[in-house]
Amino acid sequence: MRDGGRKASVSMGEVGKRHSYIVMGPLEDLRVDGRGCEDYRCVEVETDVVSNTSGSARVKLGHTDILVGVKAEMGTPKLEKPNEGYLEFFVDCSANATPEFEGRGGDDLGTEIANTLYRIFNNKSSVDLKTLCISPREHCWVLYVDVLLLECGGNLFDAISIAVKAALFNTSIPRVRVLEDEEGSKDIELSDDPYDCIRLSVENVPCIVTLCKIGYRHVVDATLQEEACSLASLLVSVTSKGVVTCMRKVGKGSLDPESIFEMMETGKRVGKVLHASLQSVLHKEESLGPKRQKVGFLG
Amino acid sequence: MAGLELLSDQGYRVDGRRAGELRKIQARMGVFAQADGSAYIEQGNTKALAVVYGPHEIRGSRARALPDRALVNCQYSSATFSTGERKRRPHGDRKSCEMGLQLRQTFEAAILTQLHPRSQIDIYVQVLQADGGTYAACVNAATLAVLDAGIPMRDFVCACSAGFVDGTALADLSHVEEAAGGPQLALALLPASGQIALLEMDARLHEDHLERVLEAAAQAARDVHTLLDRVVRQHVREASILLGD
Repeated sequence: MRDGGRKASVSMGEVGKRHSYIVMGPLEDLRVDGRGCEDYRCVEVETDVVSNTSGSARVKLGHTDILVGVKAEMGTPKLEKPNEGYLEFFVDCSANATPEFEGRGGDDLGTEIANTLYRIFNNKSSVDLKTLCISPREHCWVLYVDVLLLECGGNLFDAISIAVKAALFNTSIPRVRVLEDEEGSKDIELSDDPYDCIRLSVENVPCIVTLCKIGYRHVVDATLQEEACSLASLLVSVTSKGVVTCMRKVGKGSLDPESIFEMMETGKRVGKVLHASLQSVLHKEESLGPKRQKVGFLG
Repeated sequence: MAGLELLSDQGYRVDGRRAGELRKIQARMGVFAQADGSAYIEQGNTKALAVVYGPHEIRGSRARALPDRALVNCQYSSATFSTGERKRRPHGDRKSCEMGLQLRQTFEAAILTQLHPRSQIDIYVQVLQADGGTYAACVNAATLAVLDAGIPMRDFVCACSAGFVDGTALADLSHVEEAAGGPQLALALLPASGQIALLEMDARLHEDHLERVLEAAAQAARDVHTLLDRVVRQHVREASILLGD
């Protein structure tokens, strides 16, 4: 019943055959599991999974399982941006995914993913940070976005960016008022109604589309085996309007410039479709209201 | 916590339970396909995931291999968003290391390690939401995960916490009750034989009351065993339907 990525149990001859199916398949637009080159695996998204947080989401993309929790805390604005709040990302590669992540083993991958998240959000339009400001230079909301990687089945960056977008959509920050009395001392008052909160607009939050170069073609949403056969990949961070916010090449191999342009066009095309489906799913889930049956890990 | 009554005159606790009543437990085995064994448990608002890898060859230095039994390696990690206040580090701090050692001690008593000499069994527990009784939830989830992995055990390991307020022993403490500062007892039990795998107590308790609290925890652990047994049988039934038996 349990198969997973147990390559040690497969004979060398079979590995060779499997490798050639993975490499030659995309030329005919047919991958090992029957998908086309631009098809994603089945994605399951659920929000509001953890109740201690201001917002949370769980994304299951094939065998990749990500849980994101957003906590809103009050802090001081950064010196160079006194009228804005900010986001802090932290990625925890849990040992659940593989024993190599035990102790500090997952730190390298976690830091790489966190740095990528900082870069894709590092522009004025992704999240409107001015809504997070309470009083300039003194108080602001800091959103701590914590990503927990539970299972690793290929295509981590895409799944994590989808989960971060869903969690930010689900985040509700309590509305506060700053009361100033005669002496000039300020007091922050939380509204009495627990449902009185601000929601973030995630219209321009980007999602990452990873394109793996396998042989002569590139594929979207690679599994672990496909990633092992690919020499280089391109991470493209795309918003729902098709605007590219960040681009990065990863992998040991090299790409020629024509491939990069082709991959970027594919990334924008696929990204727009991904955003449209994600938006419709999130709105549908929200319309079910508080009586929605929460499944979480039990389903 | 001034003004918060942990046990009302009618015998109801803060969340409406009776003194010996457990929180609602829901569990599922086989949550992740890539791990050897995995399980998820919800005890009230406490949510924990456990994943087991093994038995496999010793990772790292071969010198740690034991010639006559398997090495049990546990890691306890709680997500940064699991508690009310955000935690800075999910694992590696003192409390997590201590919990890992306690889990290891608990499972070395239950797993038949002599059947797998010179190998290693990894048990990784992840707390997603902490609302009291995290050690108990972790042990219960890890038991299910070890069973899901097919590793032979002497018996189920069922755990529960207990406290003492106003002359009454309370079973399965929530975070509010733990934070109140009274005595807390954590017990891990092998139900069939009644053997205790781990017993830990914080704060002061008069020895006259100890037996009552211990009995409340043991009874609660036996109740947990009934529930876990049901979950395992349900899982096996579903698996055999899929296999077409």
